[in-house]
Amino acid sequence: MTIQFNDETFRGDYSFRNSPWAIKRFPFPFHEDSYMYSVNMEQHRGGPAGSVFEKRFDVDEHYVSEMRDRALVLAEDPLRCQSLPHMTLAGWDLLELIMVSKSEDYPDLFELHRDGDRWRWVNKPLGIDDTFTFMDETTLPYGPLEYITRQTQGDFAVLDQRDDNLWMDAGMVTTQADWSLDFDIGMNFFEWHAPVPLAHELGIFKRALKFLMNVQQGAPARRLNWTMTVNPLLDTSPENYHKWGIQKTELTAENIGAKQHLRVELQTFYRLPRSNALVFPIRCYLIAFQDLVTVPKWGRRLHRVIRDLPEELATYKGFIANRPLMIDYLSRHDDGLPTSPGVWADLETEPPLQK
Amino acid sequence: MSRVQFPTSIASRPVYGTLAPRPGKAHLMMADAEGAGALLDLASQDAGLMARAHILYIPRATGEAFAAGLRALNPAQLYIGPSFDAALPRLRRVLSDAHMGLQVYLAGTEGLMGRAAAEVAAAGIPYGAVQTEHRGSLARRMQCVHCKGITEDVTTDPFVCSHCGLNLFVRDHYSRRLAAFQGVCIDAEDPGNVPEPVELYK
Ligand code: HEM
Repeated sequence: MTIQFNDETFRGDYSFRNSPWAIKRFPFPFHEDSYMYSVNMEQHRGGPAGSVFEKRFDVDEHYVSEMRDRALVLAEDPLRCQSLPHMTLAGWDLLELIMVSKSEDYPDLFELHRDGDRWRWVNKPLGIDDTFTFMDETTLPYGPLEYITRQTQGDFAVLDQRDDNLWMDAGMVTTQADWSLDFDIGMNFFEWHAPVPLAHELGIFKRALKFLMNVQQGAPARRLNWTMTVNPLLDTSPENYHKWGIQKTELTAENIGAKQHLRVELQTFYRLPRSNALVFPIRCYLIAFQDLVTVPKWGRRLHRVIRDLPEELATYKGFIANRPLMIDYLSRHDDGLPTSPGVWADLETEPPLQK
Repeated sequence: MSRVQFPTSIASRPVYGTLAPRPGKAHLMMADAEGAGALLDLASQDAGLMARAHILYIPRATGEAFAAGLRALNPAQLYIGPSFDAALPRLRRVLSDAHMGLQVYLAGTEGLMGRAAAEVAAAGIPYGAVQTEHRGSLARRMQCVHCKGITEDVTTDPFVCSHCGLNLFVRDHYSRRLAAFQGVCIDAEDPGNVPEPVELYK
């Protein structure tokens, strides 16, 4: 299908909306009625047609507006995109991966014409038509990482692999769930995950790192992560927390359906060919509670997950104070009926709400 | 002598040990304030070490207390300077022609050890060649995550950012690159409600 790009904002008047199409394809992250950290990784080999898993780099109705929001963040704070000197090659690797994937997966939106080192990149939604020399930084308006990720939804962490560890040595981070690239750049896998509760003790990070270090070129992997955000604010950065933190206190029983958003990250893992770096795209999807509960199974399940979530996780994810309001709202969308296994909406087979 | 047992913490927070002599042709030692005591203890374990040692020492509030003791060790080179920043060009010069096998010994406050370790790492010297020992003040070097300014010698939680003036709480999350812990606004969700500062580890 051709995508109608929304003209919307993720700040100020928060005009962001999901169309019925976007609601139906939302990556609901819970495959059962409870949640705990686990090594939840699988191969990234596409998915059902129309789902966010189908393409290598999903493009949706929010694309153009998200890229506008990213440009605003970078204008205010250029430190959101950084690359340590040894990571330039990985930047070119990433640029190639994205240009090749997008032009193959969305030929009506993106074109890549290659004549030796001379490349022409056409990005129709953003009105870009650039010709440059591959591997020659002077022929692009930004470094390769910044150039291509200003045109690709989601944050990007680029990991150097050495000393049996992964090192976050480059990234583009403007839609993060409250962590700072500027602070974490240069850290290894265990260091940047240090603030996460419980998972270290469960041995999750040891096993996850082992899995990641063995990801091979051409065999990407993926996982989902989630948190909660009041208002459809993409830039929930620690840098700006003193500005947006107050919004968490503005939630009421009246506005929660519209204001409270489930925030889901589709995280993928690709091995890059020349640098042997690993790239970690973190794609953020937002959905308002009132839209989410239009899928009866999701309303039932989200209530049970949030109600039973361990306190440490609700605290770490920053919604412990608002949890009672959430449970109150969500309980009205849970009739106690059983839910089908798996994440899919199952609209045809799951019964409507019985209350 | 002040030795501290830091509580167990998260994986990014540095842990410190006790300096021990290692074999090697060259030994670089840097300390501030009470950290000199760790160098004196180190020297007492291996009389030959100091003939191959270059010491950089910042006395800070300890004044002359350790200077005579360090001189008496007869190190190959001894520098006593007024501040870390003043010593930095010299440290970088020494690191620029460091050879394979250089052993590095850092002692004193977390701020000094962290900044020196970052310089050592930037010079390409392997992490394994660096030993650290905490002595003296429990003060922390903090980065304000909001304005990026560094506040040195923070001894309370919360504290006021010396650059932007926000009230920040002290996290254990630590960046070796910045040699700093992270400070985050404490009253973002309840402006003006700032708890009384408490001395760290009290
Ligand atoms: C190499 C790619 C990865 C990067 C760059 C990355 C990065 C991060 C960052 C920056 C955080 C926030 C930490 C903070 O509080 O400051 C985080 C959280 C977390 N990460 Fe990763 N991560 C990666 C892979 C993984 C994998 C493979 C797992 C598998 C289990 C994982 C599990 C988690 C969990 C459970 C959290 C806590 C999230 C929450 O509760 O909202 N990460 N990650």
